[in-house]
Amino acid sequence: MSNNTSIRRHTITALVDNEPGVLARVVGLISGRGYNIESLNVGPTQDPTISRMTMQVPGDDRVLEQVTKQLNRQVDVISVTDLTRESFLNRECILVKIAATRKNRSEIIELADVFGGKVVSAQNDSMVIQLVGEQQHVADFMELVKPFRILDVSRSGVIAMGKE
Amino acid sequence: MRSGAKCTIDALKDAGVKTLFGLPGGTVLDLFDELARAPLEFFLVRHEQGATHMADGYARATGKPGCCIVTSGPGATNAVTGLATANMDGIPVVCIAGQVPSHMIGNDAFQEADTVGITRAVTKHNYLVKNADDLPRIIAEAFEIATTGRPGPVLVDIPKDVQRQMTSATFSGKPERRGYKPVYEGNSKQIAKLAAAINASRKPVILAGAGVIAASASAELTTLARKAKIPVTTTLLGLGGFPDTDPLALRMPGMHGSVAANRAISNCDLLISVGARFDDRVTGKVSEFAPNAMIAHIDIDPSAIAKSVRVDIPVIGHAKSILKELIPQIVTQARKEWLTQVHDWQKEAPFTYDAKEPRILAQYAIEQIYEVTKGDAIITTDVGQHQMWAAHFFKYTQPRSFISSGGLGTMGFGLPAAIGAKAGCRDRNVIAISGDGSIQMNFQELVVAVEHDLPIVVVIMNNGYLGMVRQWQEMFYKKEYSAVRLDQNLRARNEKIQNKPPGYLPDFVKMAEAHGAAGLRVTEKREVAPALRKALAMKRPVVIECITKPDDNVYPMVPPGASLSEMVQGLA
Ligand SMILES: Cc1ncc(C[n+]2csc(CCOP(=O)(O)OP(=O)(O)O)c2C)c(N)n1
Ligand SMILES: [Mg+2]
Repeated sequence: MSNNTSIRRHTITALVDNEPGVLARVVGLISGRGYNIESLNVGPTQDPTISRMTMQVPGDDRVLEQVTKQLNRQVDVISVTDLTRESFLNRECILVKIAATRKNRSEIIELADVFGGKVVSAQNDSMVIQLVGEQQHVADFMELVKPFRILDVSRSGVIAMGKE
Repeated sequence: MRSGAKCTIDALKDAGVKTLFGLPGGTVLDLFDELARAPLEFFLVRHEQGATHMADGYARATGKPGCCIVTSGPGATNAVTGLATANMDGIPVVCIAGQVPSHMIGNDAFQEADTVGITRAVTKHNYLVKNADDLPRIIAEAFEIATTGRPGPVLVDIPKDVQRQMTSATFSGKPERRGYKPVYEGNSKQIAKLAAAINASRKPVILAGAGVIAASASAELTTLARKAKIPVTTTLLGLGGFPDTDPLALRMPGMHGSVAANRAISNCDLLISVGARFDDRVTGKVSEFAPNAMIAHIDIDPSAIAKSVRVDIPVIGHAKSILKELIPQIVTQARKEWLTQVHDWQKEAPFTYDAKEPRILAQYAIEQIYEVTKGDAIITTDVGQHQMWAAHFFKYTQPRSFISSGGLGTMGFGLPAAIGAKAGCRDRNVIAISGDGSIQMNFQELVVAVEHDLPIVVVIMNNGYLGMVRQWQEMFYKKEYSAVRLDQNLRARNEKIQNKPPGYLPDFVKMAEAHGAAGLRVTEKREVAPALRKALAMKRPVVIECITKPDDNVYPMVPPGASLSEMVQGLA
């Protein structure tokens, strides 16, 4: 089993009972093994008694397979899928507050436009851009706005869904 | 209308609870008030760890769930070790805990602890009850979850106001949880595949674990082994699942396993685990475990499959039903060559000790326990050398006759577990084999045996040491004996006690007497069997202290991290 130790980012989605304690249980199981949850999103589904959790965890394939099984074993976890194994859609929503001067304002707007982003707020010295897209798309955008002064970022965490 | 407290106690009765272990406190006063009028036998423990181990011992001995009740804060935190012990070994225990009133939760109230938070990682499931209307369902669910699938402990945390809340709620029928659907029936294709592998194998071995006991599958296992002539090695928690006296019995595998078991595993071409989870104490170095074998694994817990070793034929489900389906597909075989080989190993290196040693060896004393009881006893153990020797030198032929903390290795387990076992099996001899270190961790519970007239026998193997730790220091830390000497006379250097106290410290015989039990000390080999006979005849709790050779080691031993083929053997 030790030959299969490739480290990569796993996107795990779980349907869980919408009850207190479930989030702590799921997070505890992962963090208790020393794994860092890079991104986490929780929200209700079409059935209000069921929540969907989507997590991104970088790690060893074998360990994450074990984590997935352990999650499945929990009484309040209904189902768990490691989407990394199949083709899936992923989206992230971010809000970025960028320091803006009269000089570079139009440059920022242009960049947001190219990425399909939207200026959702503008102040004298800053503006907030909203961007929704694939994780990679969002990452590319963040790379390009780096040279500007980023004042604040808030990210939704990745949400995901298998294609089938 | 009933109060939440009445609801809880009624639900325990509905779940079949007749025996309850616990200790009261501020947040469980309402429950205890109801208990006073309930048709249950209540055992007042002296430390909540004792309650959890008693419930655990009761469950291991009877196969029924054990139940305990503790107060909030320190009561609940004291229960944590016992819950973790039961969780590791898959033992059905339901623990009811009191909690501060709902409106005070999170305010650092007096005796508040985040009990569900603390116990989340050491229980199969836990609940914080918010509304008394949920109580009947939650308690029923707790027992369902504790006893099905891979069994385990479930904790129900009930705030004081919920215990006092009036409700008309009831619950009947089988609790259903959409996230909890243990699989019982094995996949027929997988079972057929396993049958084919067994029929084709020349050198098969069965590794029988706790799952055989939990599933009451020892009869089926024995049928399979005898029909297909497959040698069986039983893990510590599987002991009794296959009779140690059978010629096919290889005894225990792993770190302190038999030569025959470890050689058979290292040389087999098919290894069939029945409810054994490939613990690291069993496998040794994983990459060299059963190197030439196809591995089949029957387990009710899907997360146990391929957790540590590669598995070629997984079969998920209940061991009993799977074996029942498997047996008719198995061809009767003689397997002469393989069995001859295995018997040679068995003969070459059985578990052994120096019979000429004039002092008492724990191995000798345990063999005497086997002789005197004729093997008909429930043995509980603590943790250490005496535990391994109890596995080696008593032969277990019945399931649920060996009770030990395997996964967590909890010192202090043996005595309360024996009390729980005896509470559930009054007609059996129950003997706790303990060490001078371990016994001191829960000695106070002896009072409970005295109060309830439970004639258990506690045999303390007093080697003056935290013996197992001393053995590791001898073997792997250049004999730097650090903090392992319990006997004052063995102390040295910075551990030296200036004014050496006279006699035994503590004096276990006096301790036994102070707790209302009888105490016997044996210092000579010839005294051991008579003392055991006397103790069993006394029909009251007895503590026998055997003063044993201080510095003996458990052999064979596979050094930590080594492969099973690298056993260190003691003297010939
Ligand atoms: C609660 C707990 N603390 C520490 C240990 C580590 N430990 C394992 S064996 C052992 C020594 C046990 O001594 P004793 O009960 O006298 O048994 P012996 O090995 O001497 O037979 C210790 C300290 C443990 N298993 N459990
Ligand atoms: Mg000792």
